[in-house]
Amino acid sequence: MGIDGSVLGLLTATFLASAVEMVEALTIVLALGISRGWRSTLVGAGAALVALAAVTAVVGVALVDSVPESLLQLIIGSLLLVFGLQWLRKAILRSAGLKDLHDEDEIFRSESEAARAAGTQRRAGLDWFAFVVSFKGVFLEGLEVVFIVVTFGLNARSVGLAAAAAAAAAVVVLVTGVLARRPLSRVPENTLKFAVGLLLASFGTFWAVEGLGTFSDAGESLEWPGGDLALLGLLALWIVASRAAVLTLRAGATQPETQRSG
Amino acid sequence: MRYLATFGRFWWDFIAGDDWRVAAGVLVALAVGALLTATSIASDAVVAMVATAGIVGAVAVALFTRAGPR
Repeated sequence: MGIDGSVLGLLTATFLASAVEMVEALTIVLALGISRGWRSTLVGAGAALVALAAVTAVVGVALVDSVPESLLQLIIGSLLLVFGLQWLRKAILRSAGLKDLHDEDEIFRSESEAARAAGTQRRAGLDWFAFVVSFKGVFLEGLEVVFIVVTFGLNARSVGLAAAAAAAAAVVVLVTGVLARRPLSRVPENTLKFAVGLLLASFGTFWAVEGLGTFSDAGESLEWPGGDLALLGLLALWIVASRAAVLTLRAGATQPETQRSG
Repeated sequence: MRYLATFGRFWWDFIAGDDWRVAAGVLVALAVGALLTATSIASDAVVAMVATAGIVGAVAVALFTRAGPR
């Protein structure tokens, strides 16, 4: 797999990851905007986006300027692995019916109720509750995307491209949400999380193992058997392993009922 | 001190997620890979396969002995 494969993976993973996280952030912003008013809510969301851009710049520059290549691969790969496996674990459990699906409508209802019940405190001319909750919602949902953008972008030497893919997804989700004026509950979140989890786990495994070369005498990246083609093998491995896990967990979850009915 | 604890808690939740055993398993698998690399007792291919098997195994253990919230 050459540069094109890496760039395609970069664009797909960052776009999908950003889209999923923005769907969740949009639910919070919509609930606050409709319940408490739009000005403070949008100021909070905008401040969070500025903070996320600042974190992207600081973390990106700090990693590039101060870390050798193989160690950078190890850090990048490990972060992607941990994030990717979190997404994959939840997607597998949801596909197997062992964890509730993310219900944007229910979250929208509970966020709206909490927003209406909260008292009013004004600071700097803003509804402070709407500002803080909107800021936290967008910042926390976006922070994982920032790390995905930085890590993928650094390895493909294109943080700008990764950031553009993430920003495009955010625009698509936000525009769709504003036009619909309701949470995007029909977006197949679990399928998207499954896809992102598989991509992050594959790239993460690839780069983290390459980065283990930092512990060798030469300090150079390890070589995968088959070179970059190993990435496709890893993707296939994660797809097969996660599918097997879903089927096994699903069978295990239904087995007690079968035994009882039998 | 309270802010430090909150800060630490945030990063723990961010990195470890719902099931800390996945992150711990990744750490152990990569540590074994690092040990094999540092001692030069295995080829790159063997290190890659051992580390990958360890990572997949860590996820499997976490999934089939679930302790985290559903």
